[in-house]
Amino acid sequence: MELDMTVYDELKETTGSDFVDELVETYLDDAPKLLGELKSSMEAQDVEAFRRAAHSLKSSSATFGARGLSEMARELEMLAKENNLSEAATKLPALERALHSVETELKGLRQ
Amino acid sequence: MTAIHEPGHLLVVDDNRVNRLLLIHGLEQEGHDVAYAENGRQALDMLASRPFDLMLLDIEMPVMNGFQVLEALLADPNFRDLPVIMTSASDELDRVVKCIEMGAEDYLTKPLNPVLLRARVNASLEKKRLRDQQRKLLHTFAMPEVADELMKNGLTLGGKHVDASVMFADIRSFTAIAETQDPADTIGLLNDYFALMFDAVTAHGGIPNQMAGDGLMAVFGAPVAHEDHCERAVRAALEMMENLAAFNAQQASLRKVQIRIGIGVASGVMIAGYTGTQHRAQYTCIGDTVNLGARLEQHTKVAGCPILIDANTRSGLPEDIAIEPLGPVLFKGKQQSVDVFSVRVPGG
Repeated sequence: MELDMTVYDELKETTGSDFVDELVETYLDDAPKLLGELKSSMEAQDVEAFRRAAHSLKSSSATFGARGLSEMARELEMLAKENNLSEAATKLPALERALHSVETELKGLRQ
Repeated sequence: MTAIHEPGHLLVVDDNRVNRLLLIHGLEQEGHDVAYAENGRQALDMLASRPFDLMLLDIEMPVMNGFQVLEALLADPNFRDLPVIMTSASDELDRVVKCIEMGAEDYLTKPLNPVLLRARVNASLEKKRLRDQQRKLLHTFAMPEVADELMKNGLTLGGKHVDASVMFADIRSFTAIAETQDPADTIGLLNDYFALMFDAVTAHGGIPNQMAGDGLMAVFGAPVAHEDHCERAVRAALEMMENLAAFNAQQASLRKVQIRIGIGVASGVMIAGYTGTQHRAQYTCIGDTVNLGARLEQHTKVAGCPILIDANTRSGLPEDIAIEPLGPVLFKGKQQSVDVFSVRVPGG
């Protein structure tokens, strides 16, 4: 289980389930794009773009309670800040797996 | 205490769609009118197109980040007072601190807590309303420059030395005029006169800071510094004479009383500040230069010239202003005589 359901349920309670569905749609739309940016900026060795994509993924993943994924994205952001893209590269596959699990879980939660 | 929460016009600036949607949704649920921008540049463009009460600003953004937006806002007098709440990740508190130091009003960490969001937004809007009210009141009772300075720096009654020009203007034989007129006519005459003089003074960046009876005192070059304060003061004096000539022509056509005035201008270092109490204060200047300005105004009766200035003022004037030296004059209460100059009034 990647999602912290307390966070997810609280989000649903405070904003309404229709809105959460819309928010999940947006996330499912944007998160793969951010993963794509992480990969392409890694290829291009563009530290700034890599850092920004990691920052964005960290932030939106936390919204749904995807703590593990958010933490992994944070690590990548930190590594980019330290200009250490080679270590970040070793961590990218694990992040990709976590993201896929989160996507699957979120899709299952949609009404 | 229950605060009344009126809806505000808010601008959400965030490049992350999920964050943006969440913010907009939370704010719209509170009844606010919400617009959004995807980066700093877009946000500044939107600010220029219509007014907003509050901005919620992300730090990490492409094109133009939160720091750059804050900098741009602070540099622009139109946006300097726009309250900004930073919205940031919880692990970037050091950057939030920098934003608060730069002038941001408050912050929220993401993921957003809806209760905190509501509280901080409403508190910021409330503060802005109070500030706007205060500004409106100040502008009713004080000159715009003084009001702006008060808004910016707060009311400190302490003084400072400024290099400025001070002007005194008085109506000749006003007591005699007042005695021959109906009281309502006298007040009407004074109001018309002051309106004309104020126009001339403020048109040249001066601040009319004291009115006593038929007398007017104005300062040029403080509280907002103007390097050319001497020229501004003298050009204002000339415009006052011009306005007065038009006013007298109108009075003559109505068979009403005409007035003559004397103006004295002195320049140099003076002490400027707010005098009074926290509840009622006025911007004023004191010192030898100010006394000299008053003496020069009184001397216009003796010299028979409407505008008299001192040597300091004269040295700050361009050549196109015609000056006539009247020689040294020993004023009452002064140890040394002072060189006095008359400013020629075109057509006068």
